[in-house]
Amino acid sequence: MNLQIGFSGKNVSEVTVESIRRGDITLDDVRIHPSTLSHQADVARENGNPQLAENFLRAAELTGLPDETVLRYYDALRPGRSTAQDLLQIADDLAAIGAVKNSELFRQAADVYARRGLTAK
Amino acid sequence: MIPNEPIGRFRFMNEQRVNLDGFATPEPELGLVAFNGINDPAPSLIINAGRIVEMDGRGESDFDSIDEFIARHGIDLSVAQEAMAIDSTEFARRLVDPNHSRKSIVQLASGMTPAKLAEILSLLTAAELVIAMTKMRARRTPSNQAHVTNRSDDPLLLAADAATAAAFGFRELETTVPVAADAPSNAVAVSIGAAVGSPGVLVQCSVEEAAELALGMRGLVSYAETVSLYGTEQIFIDGDDTPWSKAFLTSAYASRGIKMRVTSGGGSEALMGGAEKCSMFYLEARCVALARAIGAQGVQNGGIDSASVAGAVPGGVRSLMAENVMVMLRNLEACTGNDALMSESDVRRTSRTHPIFIGGSDFINSGFGSIQRYDNMFGPSQWNSEDIDDFLAMQRDWGVDGGLRTANEVEVARLRRRATEAVSAVYSWLGLGDFSQEWAEQAIDAAGSKDISSGDLMLPLTAARTIMETNVTMLDVIAALAENGFDLEAQRCLDMLKARVAGDYLQTSAIFDEEMNVLSLVTDPNEYSGPGTGYQPTPARQAQIDTIRQQRSVADLLVEQKSFGNKNIFATGSAEVSYDPRDVVIGVSPATGKDIWVTLSGLSVADAITEILAGLEEEGCVGRIVRINDSLDLGMIGLTAARLSGSGVSVGLQAKGTALIHRRDLAPLANLELYSVAPTITRELYRMMGINAGRHAKGATPEPVRNPYSDEAIEARYHTKVVSLVAIERNCVTKEVPEVMELRKS
Repeated sequence: MNLQIGFSGKNVSEVTVESIRRGDITLDDVRIHPSTLSHQADVARENGNPQLAENFLRAAELTGLPDETVLRYYDALRPGRSTAQDLLQIADDLAAIGAVKNSELFRQAADVYARRGLTAK
Repeated sequence: MIPNEPIGRFRFMNEQRVNLDGFATPEPELGLVAFNGINDPAPSLIINAGRIVEMDGRGESDFDSIDEFIARHGIDLSVAQEAMAIDSTEFARRLVDPNHSRKSIVQLASGMTPAKLAEILSLLTAAELVIAMTKMRARRTPSNQAHVTNRSDDPLLLAADAATAAAFGFRELETTVPVAADAPSNAVAVSIGAAVGSPGVLVQCSVEEAAELALGMRGLVSYAETVSLYGTEQIFIDGDDTPWSKAFLTSAYASRGIKMRVTSGGGSEALMGGAEKCSMFYLEARCVALARAIGAQGVQNGGIDSASVAGAVPGGVRSLMAENVMVMLRNLEACTGNDALMSESDVRRTSRTHPIFIGGSDFINSGFGSIQRYDNMFGPSQWNSEDIDDFLAMQRDWGVDGGLRTANEVEVARLRRRATEAVSAVYSWLGLGDFSQEWAEQAIDAAGSKDISSGDLMLPLTAARTIMETNVTMLDVIAALAENGFDLEAQRCLDMLKARVAGDYLQTSAIFDEEMNVLSLVTDPNEYSGPGTGYQPTPARQAQIDTIRQQRSVADLLVEQKSFGNKNIFATGSAEVSYDPRDVVIGVSPATGKDIWVTLSGLSVADAITEILAGLEEEGCVGRIVRINDSLDLGMIGLTAARLSGSGVSVGLQAKGTALIHRRDLAPLANLELYSVAPTITRELYRMMGINAGRHAKGATPEPVRNPYSDEAIEARYHTKVVSLVAIERNCVTKEVPEVMELRKS
């Protein structure tokens, strides 16, 4: 497992103060790669925390989403923001990009929010 | 007696600071009870076809959103049946039994419901909680977290204080804002200051959930903590989140490679009026189970903002510590409260912290106020900059690693200057604002924001807006540092960004040491299994704990004494027995005129002698100074002097200031008057002693002198000095006969 590859595919050894100064580096070069998160999920499981592992796997799915989208999805899950239908739509959108674990999370939320009165009125 | 008032004893007791604290009669209806709430369920778990259908007395159709999330994600079904069947007392015993490994305990705990873990931990006494904490915390090496804030969000002061906190050893710094919109400026200033102080210091800026994440995404902070969980659904919703939104948020942080932990803590639901007749501890058990279920790597709990609510009820402080141990049982990082000030009493707040301090946790304080109380924008902390030296002394007293170290004053001054220079350069370079030289100088020297008069209160807001509008990221900050010659700090900030790529610091209990190694559950696991195992400080770290800046050696004291050396007191020849009835010998100790020049009261030895001589003169007697060279015992010095004295009366004086009046027919340890508390003997008292010695010599009646009494810890202040001064005296002891000394007027 190479933990040196950033989200952009660039090796972090190429990220230096000098290359930042030249303007050659973007935040994607110092962002975590989904395969690194998968590896960290394995480490978490080996160390007795399957829930932390699941979190890392959900996170791996989110690495490809822009910051704004991640913030928008978070907001959609806050109480009273979305109808069950809205949540199921996001679940579909997530499934479409292969984010199956997050999709499942939204699907569950749609169900529980409807039952517990946490959907948008 | 004062009418309608309590008796004096109670009036006096009522005035003590502890009585500013609120103490509540337990009100189970309101959730004002630490353990055993009215609605706390008995532990239960029913699994049907691989699905939890009942948990802690509630069927799945009645699950609220918290139950639902825990039941679907938080319980390890492969061990649940076995775990729930274990007798709670038996399991509680394993927590303090070295024969049961941490690993085996956390594995079983992962199959336990909230009520089961609450039942188990309520069985542990205070002492057992200490052992359980020592054994169960995830990371071997303990650490500590600081608050770095101020009233005006002053970026120069934030940076200087962040560098200072890093110098004192804090490995996580948490800032927040009195003005919400200032947050980006605070994040930049504290990150720069932390980088000045040390490599690998984690930085967070506590603001609203989404805003905090946005700062993290730009690289302006390196971890997050203010992700709050609550134990009842209603209060959770009032906090504008659900277990699902918090789970997603947790993953959002991890997706950007940013460490995060959640925050909970007993008493918050009662404080917000939504405890649903449950105890504080049971509700916290739900929070901790949920924290594990959503996949957070750690929890900050132990009351936090509601610590004083728990502190107000019987057993509440014990429940706060039990909350922390519960986090450890769930195999999560424990950031163990001791955060918001829970008492006006120094005794109570120390008592609340001390067991955790000696047990050791991932972060002893989830916010030690490294700044002064008034500058703490979270509110005053349980421990503040007022207490740093106390904390360091406590580490030294107990040989305990509480995560802090003594910082050298010259080095801290240098770091504070460097931090203000770095922030000034970066802000100026990025067009965020310009600082005056006067402001910078004040920030370097300031003990708090009240010491800064020349700040521009609008600058932080303008800087923050510019950061947001021009999309400044940590990459821009790094470039600006490098462009202005702060290469070291640029590299340290970059190292924190690069750590996100590897993701090792996402694992449980991760911090960086000063070589940027990750210390976590994975790389530095706690394997305590009884005496001689678990965390032991390295010799270098032990030296840091043991060496506080206030400690003095005999050599230090010799140098200090030498600086007061006085050529006007010297020996002139051996002393003879006198037959003059007016003769009173002042017997002085072997170091007099050699190595000891100042008494413990700060009065010079020469001045003390001068006063005694003057007192004798007032009574028509003649004082003669004789150094007794062969003993440092004051009784022997006095008696030897009395036997040389024409009147048979003497004054004995040790150079450290202790004095007595002796007579030649008494036993060595007997005396006429003793002035034993040298640090409190004044000029006037030495004169009085001379007068009384004169009256004894003449057979007149002296006026008895009382030793001055003080309620201060005189012994704590002077006993170590006494040991050193006695050692110096001992080095001066010779077989020389008594010598007459001359004291010239200077």
